[in-house]
Amino acid sequence: MTTNAIAAKGWRILTTLLLALYTIVVVYPLVWTVYSSFKTTEEFYASPFALPQGLSLDNYVNALARSRMAEYFVNSVVVTVLALILCNAAGFAAAYVMTRYRFRFLAVIKRFYIAGLFFPAAFSIVPLFMLLNQMHLLDSIAGLSIVYAVSAIPFTIYLLSGFLASIPKDYEESATIDGCSLFGVLIRIIAPMAKPGIITITIFNVMGFWNEYIYALSFISSEGKRTLTLGLAYLMEVQRYATDWGALFAGLVLVMVPTLLIYALLQNRITAGLNMGGLKG
Amino acid sequence: MKHRERNLFITACTLPALILFAVFALYPFGKAFVMAFYDWSGLSEHARYIGLNNFKTLWQDDIVWKALVNNLFLLLVVPVLTMGASMLFAALLTQRKIKGKKLYRTVFFFPNVLSIVVISVLWSFVYHPTFGILNSFLELIGLESWTRAWLGDSSTVLWAIAFPMIWQSIGYYMIIYIAAIEGVPTDMYEAASIDGASAFRQFRSLTFPLIWNVVRVTIVFFLIGVFNGSFAFIKVMTNAGPNHGSEVLMTYMYSQAFNNGNFGYAMAIGVFMLLITVGLALISEKLTERDSVEY
Repeated sequence: MTTNAIAAKGWRILTTLLLALYTIVVVYPLVWTVYSSFKTTEEFYASPFALPQGLSLDNYVNALARSRMAEYFVNSVVVTVLALILCNAAGFAAAYVMTRYRFRFLAVIKRFYIAGLFFPAAFSIVPLFMLLNQMHLLDSIAGLSIVYAVSAIPFTIYLLSGFLASIPKDYEESATIDGCSLFGVLIRIIAPMAKPGIITITIFNVMGFWNEYIYALSFISSEGKRTLTLGLAYLMEVQRYATDWGALFAGLVLVMVPTLLIYALLQNRITAGLNMGGLKG
Repeated sequence: MKHRERNLFITACTLPALILFAVFALYPFGKAFVMAFYDWSGLSEHARYIGLNNFKTLWQDDIVWKALVNNLFLLLVVPVLTMGASMLFAALLTQRKIKGKKLYRTVFFFPNVLSIVVISVLWSFVYHPTFGILNSFLELIGLESWTRAWLGDSSTVLWAIAFPMIWQSIGYYMIIYIAAIEGVPTDMYEAASIDGASAFRQFRSLTFPLIWNVVRVTIVFFLIGVFNGSFAFIKVMTNAGPNHGSEVLMTYMYSQAFNNGNFGYAMAIGVFMLLITVGLALISEKLTERDSVEY
């Protein structure tokens, strides 16, 4: 072999090694959590790398019984769905009008939404807390849904505008000539054509709402209204003192599995959508 | 008639989003600035205008400065390491001869879809003094002396928080950089290989300058991401402990408001935090400015 070929081979081995190493860094903690969730308390104090003796489901029973996980799951679903409907409907209508029509204040409104993309959410959490309190929307699933929806509106409008701008205007024009009302055009012509964009933003919003923690922590106080992430954080706090580690690992797996399944199904769309987000420099 | 329908339609489509955004985003944002000048215990009606007093208190508050240093540490370490690693992986995974590219992309991106709470709990386990895998791993390879309570030791706590943050975001930026690299026309590479440039050379002097604009945009993303994200990580993993060892401005603002009821003071900290973010964004804009290369 020539020196060049040896260098190329060494380079390739190094690359593969590096990639394999990082794969372990990503995958092993996840796998470890899953098999540890079947361990008994005694096994926890033995080697952490060891596999559990059997596949006991006690930890899962404990996690579900002690922390009302099932309730939190339902709350998360409700909040996500409500926020999604509100955000997508309002965002889609606004994005359409803003890309297709010229009207007064359009430039100002656009600028507000673009600024909204860069607001650090944490900054206005205290005034938002007081506002919700005045509106009797504190500690309420509806209130939390509204906050989630609004937090995603700038990005929803931004992403959908980019998508809608790429749809040719001819379809709407001929539909209007055929006597279709403007709302009719929006619902029957544009919405179906914008489907890929709507699906992408839906995936983004669902992941964002499902995983959100700061707002839920600040605005939800009663146990029965906790979302899944909030429930998990509390479970962690409770178990820290009770040292029932198995239940905590089981709780973690229960929260992780739905995300994993959705990711496995939609992985391509998620990464493609990331680039559709308009990060083209 | 036609004209009225058009106006009605525009209004009906724009207003819902606009009202929601104005009430639940713009108004609280503006209110936060105003509140910084008041002595306000939160839910009571009494708010007393005290001018710049909150900022004077802030100036003399040691914890604010400690939190700022911690913030700056995370703002430096997390973006630099994440960018370095994600750029490296993006460069490797766009090479023609690597096998299993798609699998690597899928795996590396996965942490990004997990909730920050899930990741925080997961890494708290990894760092756990008794059953955590990090200490056990160190013992296994004969580095017992390195083992410690990673999150309970003020000399390691920030690194222990930074790592999961990096772990989560590498995949995200990797995907963005991959798309940018793939957007570079292939004939430019062909020309370069004919000229005999090595892969490394090609990346440094061809790819990197061409995707520089994308890299610049991601810097702003990082600044916001670290400010918002670090809060959730810290809240779950250490609750700003030990002894303010992982306190950042955001956690301090939060505890001043919701634990101590100093809403006015909390907002002064918030304004301070915002000014720093904007300042850093402008500085990084300036620092990364160079003639952009077009293709």
